Amino acid sequence: MQLDGNIPSGPIQDKWDKHCFDLKLVNPANKRKYDIIVVGTGLAGGSAAATLAELGYNVKNFCIQDSPRRAHSIAAQGGINAAKNYQNDGDSIWRLFYDTVKGGDFRAREANVYRLAQISNNIIDQCAAQGVPFAREYGGQLANRSFGGAQVSRTFYARGQTGQQLLLGAYRSLCRQIGMGKVEMFPRRELLDLVLVDDQARGIVARNLITGEIEKFAADAVVLATGGYGNVFFLSTNAMNSNVTAAFRAYRKGAFFANPCFTQIHPTCIPVHGTYQSKLTLMSESLRNDGRVWVPKTPGDKRNPSDIPESDRDYYLERKYPSFGNLVPRDVASRNAKEQCDMGKGVGETGLAVYLDFADAIRRDGRDVIERKYGNLFEMYEKITGDNPYDTPMMIYPAVHYTMGGLWVDYNLMTTVPGLFALGEANFSDHGANRLGASALMQGLADGYFIIPYTIGGYLAGNSLEKVTTDHPAFRESESEVKEMTNKLLSINGKRTVDDFHKELGHIMWEYCGMARNNEGLEKARGMIQELRDEFWKNVLVPGQEKDVNQSLERAGRVADFLEFGELMIIDALNRQESCGGHFNEAYQTEENEAQRDDENYSYVAAWEAKGVGETPVLHKEDLEFENVKLTQRSYK
Amino acid sequence: MTQNINLTLKVWRQKGVQDKGRFETYEVNDISTDMSFLEMLDVLNEKLTLEGKDPIAFDSDCREGICGQCGSVVNGRPHGHEKKTTLCQLHMRHFNTGDTIAIEPFRARAFKVLKDLMVDRGALDKMVQSGGFVSVNAGGAPDANAIPISGEIAERAMDAAQCIGCGACVAACPNASAMLFVSANVSHLALLPQGKLEAAKRALNMVRTMDACGFGNCSNERECEAECPKGISIINIARLNREFFKAGFFSHNR
Repeated sequence: MQLDGNIPSGPIQDKWDKHCFDLKLVNPANKRKYDIIVVGTGLAGGSAAATLAELGYNVKNFCIQDSPRRAHSIAAQGGINAAKNYQNDGDSIWRLFYDTVKGGDFRAREANVYRLAQISNNIIDQCAAQGVPFAREYGGQLANRSFGGAQVSRTFYARGQTGQQLLLGAYRSLCRQIGMGKVEMFPRRELLDLVLVDDQARGIVARNLITGEIEKFAADAVVLATGGYGNVFFLSTNAMNSNVTAAFRAYRKGAFFANPCFTQIHPTCIPVHGTYQSKLTLMSESLRNDGRVWVPKTPGDKRNPSDIPESDRDYYLERKYPSFGNLVPRDVASRNAKEQCDMGKGVGETGLAVYLDFADAIRRDGRDVIERKYGNLFEMYEKITGDNPYDTPMMIYPAVHYTMGGLWVDYNLMTTVPGLFALGEANFSDHGANRLGASALMQGLADGYFIIPYTIGGYLAGNSLEKVTTDHPAFRESESEVKEMTNKLLSINGKRTVDDFHKELGHIMWEYCGMARNNEGLEKARGMIQELRDEFWKNVLVPGQEKDVNQSLERAGRVADFLEFGELMIIDALNRQESCGGHFNEAYQTEENEAQRDDENYSYVAAWEAKGVGETPVLHKEDLEFENVKLTQRSYK
Repeated sequence: MTQNINLTLKVWRQKGVQDKGRFETYEVNDISTDMSFLEMLDVLNEKLTLEGKDPIAFDSDCREGICGQCGSVVNGRPHGHEKKTTLCQLHMRHFNTGDTIAIEPFRARAFKVLKDLMVDRGALDKMVQSGGFVSVNAGGAPDANAIPISGEIAERAMDAAQCIGCGACVAACPNASAMLFVSANVSHLALLPQGKLEAAKRALNMVRTMDACGFGNCSNERECEAECPKGISIINIARLNREFFKAGFFSHNR
């Protein structure tokens, strides 16, 4: 199968306008004849469900939490980018486009990224109109701050809770449509299968997480906005319920999965402190504006940080990257922290941490200035660790944060399954091999408010879809497959808990498919995952009943999918014999230890087609054409 | 310094909505003081699972204090005794070895107990659906800087908008009133020019829905403010009352 991105012809700045005009329309009176399923209520799903309902479609919206207001977009701290150029500092759509393609280490599709930059401005207008309380200057104009990977101030924010405020904006719009009866909301539901009729996506099978009933829903199109797969590592900054199941089961039904090995490791997280730990917490990237990263010069130096004199400290980022210093991009900062700890210079009880020190900033600017800038983050840090960062340096370590890979989609955000669309972090499209800060919120809302409302109309108007109900045999088939899997999980009655398997998988992934990878380790990990998966299906212990609240059963299904998905990540990492952004293969690095791309051989999107459990998936390549930006080696010296 | 402590837990166990429910006692040992409260419950659940018992059902998602999905009453206080803290951010260093801790679900007429510590807070969504929004469709919004909003007003709106919708205010209130929750939504939007147009309708509809959902009235106990993990102030309730009376006297929607 030849992958076609369906990228419109013409100059890049005209592509989207031209495409919107070329797309077929569904007339307003006919929109109410179509049912659309949207899975997920984060920035992408919530905004899509609300907007499609505003247009007149009948929307069924699903989420795993008890309310659509809780999706993990809510935890985004820093901000959202837009090319408004309100600061008059030389920003433009073109610059945001360029920064995003470069930041992604030239592994994203130009046309998609350009459209994202264009739409970024509409998003800010839309959110302001909804009453999102963005930070303002005294005169009433919107405030901006700067973020990594950009030389302009284009990030809009609402304190350290930008994700929360944007999500609640989308949630309120969604609530309005629920109140008007245009969206039917199904909270506490988990998608367990995608249903195809005549090779088109026509519905889903979901489990009601309260009653345990398996429920079937038919529609004319299905939109997945189910987030990323960071929890394959067990420990990540993702929420407890974030998982790959919806995307993975769509993959099994024929949707190709693109670039699964592209994961982002965020450099400033609170370090792991025990085997009981359930998740990791991010400390905003903005801290690196004032904090200085250091480790002791001598490996094994266990003195208190205050007892280590300047002469015995190594401010390694400032030393190695004099021009960017502590503000190198996320992937570079993360790899360097790992390198220091691997040399035995890590600090804290586990030796897997480096210092982020604010003493100089406090001396220079005074405590109040630092408190105004970072007060809530310092408070959060103290709550979790019990240490006061005003008195002693923070300890930080990299953690899995975001996944750039996802379901392959074309320019219309449609997967390789007709009628199945993927939005937000669930798709692969805009961030290449590394995402820049404050760009995830932008992409989620662009997809939901401004792209899917157009492109889904084109699909519906361009296909004559016969009416399908849940009585169709395809639904019954899916239902019985799902029930069979549930029964199997409940009947194994082994000796190890679900979390125990999940932790072991996470450990394998972090060790061999984390910040730095090599072929030998990847091969080894692949075998380990296969063995672990075999053991899981023989020895997992899932207590409780099917027809009841059963959180162990929920997790068991997700971990079963992670055990297959982890192998897919390894396969993808092995295939990509280069380094780029979040994928760092130790064999491919420059003399300065930076990721060395191989544009000649790997300037493509790797899209994987499922062939069944334990079978090697088939690789399909979508070549990336760069007509508007010049490919360069990133350097931050 | 990290220590390990031993605790006695009295946990509310309830099979479902119809079940009467009761406290069960569990001993947990070697709990690191670096754990969060929910991680301590994870440890207990792993133990119960291996013993062939039903683990305790409780809600949580982000575990960084922002999603609002977690929450139980710990020793009589929603989210426990630490100020401005969600249960997921309450750490075990605030307890001592030998302590007995009682854990029960948020209780209110409008919140059914679904299982153990898990409750149905759908009524909070219902109130927002009845009017807690600005009626604006995607597309066609004016430039974001076209309507200036003073920094001070934006900050006050943000103070109210921080609500995470966890329901601790309801659980803390002797009347199980949702006034703090509704007032945060009404104040946030009434303060901003974008939300002013519908302020009257919003206040009336949300208060009506609050009554219909079975929440009680506000009698100025201030328990809600004391327990709110985001420190939402009861000034917002004063603002809601003003909006509600204004709407009752002058609005066409009354």
